[in-house]
Amino acid sequence: MADKTTIIVHSGDMDKVYSALIIGNGALSMGMEASLYFTFWGLERLKKDGLEKGPLSKMNMGGLGKKMIESRMEKANVASLERLIQDYKELGGKIIACEMTMEIMGVEKDEMRQDLIDEYGAVGTYIQEARDSKITLFI
Amino acid sequence: MSEQKIDVTGETCPVPLVEARKALKKASPGDVIEITGSHPASKKEIPMAVEALGLELVDVKEKDGVWTITIRK
Repeated sequence: MADKTTIIVHSGDMDKVYSALIIGNGALSMGMEASLYFTFWGLERLKKDGLEKGPLSKMNMGGLGKKMIESRMEKANVASLERLIQDYKELGGKIIACEMTMEIMGVEKDEMRQDLIDEYGAVGTYIQEARDSKITLFI
Repeated sequence: MSEQKIDVTGETCPVPLVEARKALKKASPGDVIEITGSHPASKKEIPMAVEALGLELVDVKEKDGVWTITIRK
């Protein structure tokens, strides 16, 4: 079995979701398996039309800071989160959505990006993934 | 056996690495992938991925900041 990377995506901040998806894609590209476990504010990004909606973790300034960073990212030719998540799926990356968060936030499955989600799970699912992983991160 | 050329010039992290992996995933054993780009770190990292995947690094060239990496699956 290939080595594995498991990442908890707890934050819904745009820059942190970038980190999670870049690392996930990097792991897959370098021959590892990868799982992203979306929980709490991270789960918001798996809602329909939610992926690009996260604020910046710092200097968001009511969205002004985010706009500025977005324009700089465009100049630097950084891929969109949507492209990164599609690449992640194409390379066989797994996406798990936290069921308890869905209950807390009152989110139903049909409000979620079911095209992306492989599995709905709880802490046991994460531990099961993480115990076989060489890399595990909490973002 | 086929040969495929990919151009990721101007693309930044993680696109060159990801595009290389996507092409290698689709290729058949024996196929040759030639990837051209300008992102400096990828010139080191794509060969690392090739090694991790147990594939053959045929050639790495660079001229004026543009590199070409040739891989055989």
